[in-house]
Amino acid sequence: MSDLTRQLLTGNEAIARGAYEAGVTVCSAYPGTPSTEIFENLAQYKNALYAEWAPNEKVATEVAYGACIANARSLTAMKHVGLNVAADLVFTAAYNGVGAGFVIVTADDPSMHSSQNEQDNRRYAQFAKIPLIEPSDSQECKDFMKEAYAVSERFGTPVLFRVTTRVSHSKSLVSLGEREEQTPARYVRNIPKFVCTPAFAQKHRPELEERLKALEVYANTSPLNALEQKGGKIGVITASISYQYAKEAFPEDTSFLKLGFTWPLPMDLIRSFAASVETLYVIEELEPFMEEQIRAAGISCVGKRAIPDMFELNPEIVRRGVFGAEPEVAQLDVDLVPRPPALCPGCPHRGFFHVLSKRKDFVITGDIGCYTLGYAAPLSAMDTCACMGGGFSLGMGMAKAFETQGVTDRKIFGVVGDSTFFHSGLTGAVEIIYNKGNMIPCVLDNSITGMTGHQDNPGTGFTLNGEIAAKVAIEDVLRSFGYQNVIIVDPQDLKAMQQAVDDALASEVPAAIIARRPCLLIKRIRHDVGKCVVDREKCRGCRLCLKVACPAIHLRDGKTEIDETICAGCTVCAQACPFGAISRVGDQRKGE
Amino acid sequence: MTAFTGKSILICGVGGQGTLLMSKTLTYGLVQAGYDVKMSEVHGMAQRGGSVSTQVRYGEKVYSPIIGRGEADVLVAFEKLEAVRYANLLKPGGAALINDYEIAPLPVASGAAEYPQNIEEQMRRAFQVRVLPASRVAKSLGNIRCTNIVLLGALVRAFALETIDWNAALTASVPPKALALNIAAFDAGYQLEG
Repeated sequence: MSDLTRQLLTGNEAIARGAYEAGVTVCSAYPGTPSTEIFENLAQYKNALYAEWAPNEKVATEVAYGACIANARSLTAMKHVGLNVAADLVFTAAYNGVGAGFVIVTADDPSMHSSQNEQDNRRYAQFAKIPLIEPSDSQECKDFMKEAYAVSERFGTPVLFRVTTRVSHSKSLVSLGEREEQTPARYVRNIPKFVCTPAFAQKHRPELEERLKALEVYANTSPLNALEQKGGKIGVITASISYQYAKEAFPEDTSFLKLGFTWPLPMDLIRSFAASVETLYVIEELEPFMEEQIRAAGISCVGKRAIPDMFELNPEIVRRGVFGAEPEVAQLDVDLVPRPPALCPGCPHRGFFHVLSKRKDFVITGDIGCYTLGYAAPLSAMDTCACMGGGFSLGMGMAKAFETQGVTDRKIFGVVGDSTFFHSGLTGAVEIIYNKGNMIPCVLDNSITGMTGHQDNPGTGFTLNGEIAAKVAIEDVLRSFGYQNVIIVDPQDLKAMQQAVDDALASEVPAAIIARRPCLLIKRIRHDVGKCVVDREKCRGCRLCLKVACPAIHLRDGKTEIDETICAGCTVCAQACPFGAISRVGDQRKGE
Repeated sequence: MTAFTGKSILICGVGGQGTLLMSKTLTYGLVQAGYDVKMSEVHGMAQRGGSVSTQVRYGEKVYSPIIGRGEADVLVAFEKLEAVRYANLLKPGGAALINDYEIAPLPVASGAAEYPQNIEEQMRRAFQVRVLPASRVAKSLGNIRCTNIVLLGALVRAFALETIDWNAALTASVPPKALALNIAAFDAGYQLEG
């Protein structure tokens, strides 16, 4: 029968709930798939805790760490690459320790569904010498959060709480609990603990090793590690989502050592489990993180010999790797045309990239966000995209390389979005002006953090909770840095966009472009939308409108046609048509 | 092997077609009926007009939220080409409910590739295929966006899940002003022959 006290929650919803129930009071994060919904869901607990979007993961982690020093249980969360940004603090926080409990959630993305790399952040726990906790479903996401805070406070350490896309974005049933309010101790200055001078760090260094030893002792009896002794010949050590896959792939009589606390590993427990089975498998996604340590302890096991060390697993991959079971799969003879993501119809970024795509002498260093899709054919208007903020700084490096090579016929445009500008573009913008970069920094300001699903940022004028906040004006920031010619343009007006590019290139003083138009999907804004139609008499089938790369436009019988169900009436295609064959009809307001 | 005794459903389409709302309604109903349920969805970059999929698994006990090749009992495709893209996850002989609707991917729209014409024929060779005019039905009801719930109605019939209170599931997952339309869409989908 249905159990009405249980709810179907994503891992991310359950983590938010777990933080709430654990009495957390200060939370700070920067959005990043697959972690974003943790903080979106914290907003519902705003009467009990403070949660915010910070400009980037380093700031967020610092805010959360500061809060724990002031004896508030605190939380930060980020996608796996976000931890690279936050790492500067994390390694030292491990030395200094915590006041109240401090948990860092890392959401890794095996198979890179929405990421630029597949780094396995379990390595960070080992590298930074902090304990690692890994839930395998939503119930554990909630329950393990509470134990994470208990571990953090008992051992005085930050805790790394690692989930993956399939843990974060899968839904499973969760029984909810009550919030346990914490009584914060009164803050007292503690210089040797929290001031990281070399002398104090040298004192903390051996303490860190002692703490790890104590954590290993804890690991051997931790409630997060569970033994399922079935007496069979086969034993499986596994953790995180791999546990769920292995449970379906191995026979009923397989014994499991399911680990939720995975660094330091409970080596005594592992040793006795290994001794109780004939064949020991280690089933883990990505790196041989557990396998390497288990082997180093002199325990033989089958791991990456059977299981791939890249891309995500599933029950079928585990079954095939371990038992050689090939599934029956239908073979179809169909030309499977790819369907890559594309800029939405009406996306303000389209006009910017359309104008820049016309010039083969332009070098465009891009960045992480919806506007990364400017790379896609037929726009193909991007040279690089590597990391947050790289849109400015990589362009700077190319500019200096061209200078040293005597190359003068390339014009460099560094492109970041509004949220990315506040995340890591600020320092790059300073670099360009300080070191006389021969390039044009461009901010594509669509007034939202788009790709992760519309989060507010310091430029939007709203907080995580939707409250009105100070709105940091990007033009004021750039001018204060020394960009004397900040050109603000509506990228949907192709003539104006072209003029902005020409003016920036001709500028005698440092110039920057802000291409500003809100994302059409922002609900709180009234948008001007309509429909475009093609006059098939006037259309000559020249295909120039197809070069704007709009999903609403396609060819039919050699001429262009527009899908009215998805067209937003932005008119970029109409402006690109040299024969006036496309016009806009109808007017309506979308939004409030 | 530990035999999985439940059912696995794969729902696929193009970002923006409403696959997530269908999954949400479906899982709500299954949970109310007392099943263990897991569901997996993909967010982020893929949502921007790209190919999207959701997996729903239910039964006495479900471990994995996702399946591998040849493991789905039924495939619900909101778009024809997407049916082919995920066909390798469907068991040979499994049921494929395919919306008779084409959305040209960019390479087709720009004239660089042709939309394949042999999808139905190829799918029929391997699976029990039903091609359904779900989007046409949705449009005739007044809004093409309720294609998802038309397909839900068809799925409920295919899986004989009538004992579940789907009106309650719809009430829980769609805005009040869209409820009447979605109930009509569900009923129309349930009645569909194809």
